[in-house]
Amino acid sequence: MAVYKKTYRPYDGETTSTASRLLVIPRYALEELHRSKFLTTFFICTFIYPLICALIIYVQHNASALKLLNAESAQRLISINVTFFQALLGWQSMLALFLAAFIGPGLVSPDLANNALSLYLARPFSRVEYVAGKMSVLVILMSLMTWVPGLLLFALQGYLESWQWMVDNQRLAWGMLFGAWVWILILALLALALSAWVKWKPAAGGLMFGVFFVAAGFGATINAVQRTKWGHLLQISNLVGQVWVWLFEGNNPTTSGAIFFRITQGEELPLWCCCAALAALAGICLYMLARKIRGAEVVR
Amino acid sequence: MDPVIELDGLEVRLAGRVILKNLKAALTGRSIGLLGPNGAGKSTLMNTLLGFYQPSAGTARVLGRDIRTHAREVRGLIGYMPENDAYIAKMTGVHLVRMMAELSGLPPEHALERAHEAFFYVGLGEVRYRALGTYSLGMKQAAKLAQAIAHGPKLLFLDEPTNGLDPPARLRMIQLIQEIRDRGDLHLILSSHLLRDVEECCDQVLILKDGNVAAFCNLEEERRANRRFLELETRGANNGSFVEAMEKMGCETAVGAQGRLKLILPDGLELRRLYEVAAAQSVQIRRLNRKRDSLEDIFLKAMEAADGRI
Repeated sequence: MAVYKKTYRPYDGETTSTASRLLVIPRYALEELHRSKFLTTFFICTFIYPLICALIIYVQHNASALKLLNAESAQRLISINVTFFQALLGWQSMLALFLAAFIGPGLVSPDLANNALSLYLARPFSRVEYVAGKMSVLVILMSLMTWVPGLLLFALQGYLESWQWMVDNQRLAWGMLFGAWVWILILALLALALSAWVKWKPAAGGLMFGVFFVAAGFGATINAVQRTKWGHLLQISNLVGQVWVWLFEGNNPTTSGAIFFRITQGEELPLWCCCAALAALAGICLYMLARKIRGAEVVR
Repeated sequence: MDPVIELDGLEVRLAGRVILKNLKAALTGRSIGLLGPNGAGKSTLMNTLLGFYQPSAGTARVLGRDIRTHAREVRGLIGYMPENDAYIAKMTGVHLVRMMAELSGLPPEHALERAHEAFFYVGLGEVRYRALGTYSLGMKQAAKLAQAIAHGPKLLFLDEPTNGLDPPARLRMIQLIQEIRDRGDLHLILSSHLLRDVEECCDQVLILKDGNVAAFCNLEEERRANRRFLELETRGANNGSFVEAMEKMGCETAVGAQGRLKLILPDGLELRRLYEVAAAQSVQIRRLNRKRDSLEDIFLKAMEAADGRI
């Protein structure tokens, strides 16, 4: 029927599956984000570091290229090991924080600002699906920035080195995958929770950085004044860094984490404390979301 | 006829207060009005049927599906036009309606087509590519209606649809609602504190007061009954014979002072016969009024009842 025929008619056509409806929110959100030239440029720029890493791996395994560059000794200077992959993950994860701070506040707050949530939730679509849909936007983009290039580089190194290298260093791959997921989930939950509670986007973005940097500063002050190490519990990057070190190297670490996620030697917290603190943070974020993501607000 | 909505001892508590108290009713009409003063529980009832609030006791069934156990299925049948502003300011109208239709389960290409149709239908065809934040109040109301009907629901919830509209916009909104109702493809529930809106659009009315069912009436039957109830003012010597003749024809009569009569006509008796009998008895009918027990009367009676029930 032509659209200019102004009549109402019921719909009796086919309907999509429940699972495919989950993809509606990320599809629309990614479409919207793609319109921003700044974000698109930023996102593309985040692949510069992995590309440099790929180049390093390639050159490392190409004797003629090293000879051509007159840098045969570079093979000894840069080794493809746990530090190399931790640095990659650390750098990419820091960029993911910036991305989450730019994108996160715009995900939930526009829906809350003008009560659009009731429109979403009056459909066969639950609050959990709504949060999962919004979260998936950040998860997809941050995955493409962190563990996906990480694993591709691991595969490239394994291909150029040997199958045995891959088997011997498989912990690096698992470390990158799970380490990135820990960071991604924390960032995504935090970004959504702040977006749900702070309706003004710039304020929500600023608060996102505040949670990391101001809280870290506060933690450092506690450490200095009280001569303790428990102030690190307020430093999310430190907590994640410790989990990463364990994921990459187990109980006998030889490194102290990567850029932004570095742990001060001798001030390590017990691993279970770090995991519990991160779980508590995730729980608080989920509680904040549960309070705000409702079809109708209860006026007390 | 199967009830559209069945309230089975429904009770809802919010923030420690009982908002809906043991509601029991079976609503079967094509278009049902929810009436009541502010704070009576109309919006709470709608929100509960949509699954936004959990019942603290009892339950309700929407088109036969229990809202406690089949909430998702229930929402799949409903189109909801909320009372307050509900839009995403930066999104274009057609974009929002398309997304909402997709969330309701329409494939993208169908959702796009239906979104355009819905926008033309509510009279916003020309502005469908404008950001919703730039719409006027009337346009936002129409856009809310468009998103509520785009996916072709079986039941339409309209919460104060004429809120804040100027008279022409209100008229247009009422016409749209009547048109949707008269197509007969869906049931609609209209919540309003404006009696005129409900009277013009609904055939059944549930009146709420302080969370109780204060009255439930079938407007269609009420209107039909009103048509049989007459008040007459007569002049002439044979008034008594006229009353007798009317009673013989099956009318119920009550004689008042100064030639005033009240009559209830039996089914099948045409008004024309009244004039014929009056002429035969040399009685003049100076005034004839139909009883106008309007929705307003019903509503006021319900509000006056001490316990909120009539």
